[in-house]
Amino acid sequence: MLIRVLLFASYAEAFRAPQLDVPLARGSTVADLLARVKELAAGHALPPAPLVALNQRYASAGDLIHSGDEVALIPPVAGG
Amino acid sequence: MRSDIVTDAIDLSALLREVADAGHGAVSVFLGTVRDVNDGRSVSGMEYTAYTSMAAAELARIVTEASSRFGTDAIVVEHRTGALAIGDVSVAIVVAHPHRAPALDATRFVIEALKQRVPIWKREHYTDGTREWIDPTRATARAAP
Repeated sequence: MLIRVLLFASYAEAFRAPQLDVPLARGSTVADLLARVKELAAGHALPPAPLVALNQRYASAGDLIHSGDEVALIPPVAGG
Repeated sequence: MRSDIVTDAIDLSALLREVADAGHGAVSVFLGTVRDVNDGRSVSGMEYTAYTSMAAAELARIVTEASSRFGTDAIVVEHRTGALAIGDVSVAIVVAHPHRAPALDATRFVIEALKQRVPIWKREHYTDGTREWIDPTRATARAAP
């Protein structure tokens, strides 16, 4: 399955794109997704354990990603 | 209860009107404003960006938690995104309650949770023409000369 991953702020700049399309096997987890993204050229810009959101909620490394999920990499937040 | 991510200037008097109730003995207000210096660097302006749909959802969850924890529905929060100037209000939190302690505590709870959880980012523009995304997890690392 092809998972669209939303990027914001410093991550969008590092990858020079507002989103990535990442191929993942069915049954893949958030940790699997991060491993794939870190293999990309700009992957070194990510911290060791970047935050990931699934369907607009923070996700854990073991959470399963399903086709059609809204997936986002969340840079360290700095609101306020 | 209401919370929003907004792009226009925040109108504090409108927020105060939203929570007005004769049964409230306390109205607590927190305003976050853009300051002109950060980490010793002179700041000329600030640019806020958000994962708007999740930021709105996360902010709504925080307000619901605050309402349940501190026993008031009279909570209004707005966070602004876009280009802001020095002194502009970036976030406003208004909490009303019959008593002052829960009003103040709820206000503190909302701003601390917002800063930890709501996917909003800011890029400072410096007077020397450079700009940089703020990363609170690296704030102390940059402090050394």
